Amino acid sequence: MRKNYYLGRGLLTLVAVFFAFAFLMPTVLTISNSFMTQSEISANYGTVFSNAAGNTNTYISDTVNLKFIPDKVSLSQYITVLIKSPDYLLKFWNSVILVVPIVLLQVGVASITAYSFTRWRGKLRSFLFFFYVILMLMPYQVTLVPNYLVSDWLGILNTRWAIIFPGMFAPFSVFLLTKFMRRIPASLIEAAKLDGSSEWQIFKDICLPQCRSALYSIAILVFIDYWNMVEQPLVLLQDAEKQPLSVYLSTINANEVGLAFAIATIYMVPCLLLFLHGEDYLVEGIAHQGSVKG
Amino acid sequence: MSRDKKIRVKREKRPRPPGKAARRAWEASNERVRDVLHSMAFMGPSLLGVSVFFIVPFLVVVYYSVIRSPINREFVFLDNFIAVLQNSSFQTAAKNTAAFSAVAVPLAVVLSLGLALMLECRIPGKSWLRTFFLSPMMVPVASVVLIWQVVFHYNGTLNAVLSAFGISPVDWLNSAYCQVVIIVLFLWKNLGYNMILFMAALNNIPKELLEVADVEGASPAHKFFNIKLRYLSPTVLFVTILSIISSFKVFREVYLLTGDYPYIGLYMMQHFMNNTFRYQEFQKMSAAAVLLALVMVVLIILLFRAEDAFGKDVEG
Repeated sequence: MRKNYYLGRGLLTLVAVFFAFAFLMPTVLTISNSFMTQSEISANYGTVFSNAAGNTNTYISDTVNLKFIPDKVSLSQYITVLIKSPDYLLKFWNSVILVVPIVLLQVGVASITAYSFTRWRGKLRSFLFFFYVILMLMPYQVTLVPNYLVSDWLGILNTRWAIIFPGMFAPFSVFLLTKFMRRIPASLIEAAKLDGSSEWQIFKDICLPQCRSALYSIAILVFIDYWNMVEQPLVLLQDAEKQPLSVYLSTINANEVGLAFAIATIYMVPCLLLFLHGEDYLVEGIAHQGSVKG
Repeated sequence: MSRDKKIRVKREKRPRPPGKAARRAWEASNERVRDVLHSMAFMGPSLLGVSVFFIVPFLVVVYYSVIRSPINREFVFLDNFIAVLQNSSFQTAAKNTAAFSAVAVPLAVVLSLGLALMLECRIPGKSWLRTFFLSPMMVPVASVVLIWQVVFHYNGTLNAVLSAFGISPVDWLNSAYCQVVIIVLFLWKNLGYNMILFMAALNNIPKELLEVADVEGASPAHKFFNIKLRYLSPTVLFVTILSIISSFKVFREVYLLTGDYPYIGLYMMQHFMNNTFRYQEFQKMSAAAVLLALVMVVLIILLFRAEDAFGKDVEG
């Protein structure tokens, strides 16, 4: 019995380690490969990326050589990206000025909306909340055409506002923040009301401070979602120079694969920093979603 | 709450002149009006935004889907829908997306529950494992796509490893196996998120219940199916719905790996939308969007019903 128990635990640990390895590998490889020189990258992966550009002379061997540790650690790719060709940094900046406003505005709008959903209940409001949930669950393909139409009417097509405005009113944060706010004891709000606080004061001085960690975790979730976006810019931003890095990365040609690794790494840095700093908040944020109903 | 009640009780006991009662009624109704105004003030921006950017244009989309064209606004009812349903690219896109979701979503639910249960057991380094499992969610798709290309290319790593076991190489992204690739990518990205949801739900199962089951000698399987799964059912529903939504986002991986016109097995709903956009065929697109919305609403209602039937005897 005991032997069986230890055997089971050992096996389980093995499975866990295997999964952890598989989950971590692509990220680690991307980062480590960004420190290779272009010649090493071409030697290792030439056969994969040469087809894309249509020239077949650049590769050296027929098979790829997925390597973990560079032969020679080099910062040359980073130097090119950061100093020599500011083009990539511009695309990175495009991502920033798209995503940061969306995160701030969406969380801002969501916090007052969630307060309203928390503070006042009723048939109409629970119907509205249900409607927000349904809207949240719609895949992007459904809202894409409406988004396009509005942007066209407002004349903001092909500008970043075409992405920022719908992002600002996306119902995801409202849903999650309402779940959090409903946990604030009602007595706290009642007490403040008896003390003569206005609604705005209750919201600002009681609700928001209570939700600080929730706001942070929601901001992380929204950030990562929009940092990853591909569909919206493809349809709503036709100019290549306005595209965020997420789309632009896929258009880098085969001769610059080494650069691509460095850019890919730079692109994940903000996400990884947020993750390392806010993992516990993030976990809490996800965990509180609980269920869609109620 | 209780303090509030006490005060009110005291006031009620005191005799009042009739004029004051009327005044109080007026004040009460005044307060209701104020509440409505307040709630509207707080909800207003969001309602306005949602109306302008989602509801109104969606109604227009519904309208577009039943007229001949923006110029010739003749009412044609289901013609556009029939045209879309008979369109071969739409059929391919719908078939691929449905086939992908039908496999990937159940796998995502079962495997993430498995991971959550695994982290409940006594194994070393749990918090590290949680971090590792969660990390793919934070890595932008565009960043790791390079590695996926290296792994799944015909001359790539996976085939090299397989050939060591004597398995002949497969062109992963350009053959019937392409769906396997995106299922793997999907699971890689989404398992961690779902796992956290399940871990939280497992934590909320009353411990006494499990202890009683232990004392009464219930087998682990019995405990799992008759206690844990019952309490988990709202979370199973939620994870299922979330996974369905994320399964529509697998387009990102496909697009970044293979571009606008991938191998036919990878042609997704979003590809169809993008390509219809290029030709500005709004009628087709509107009909497709309305169809998709209908399918999603039906699916969500069915899932809600299923959860109601399964989890109704559990409180909380």
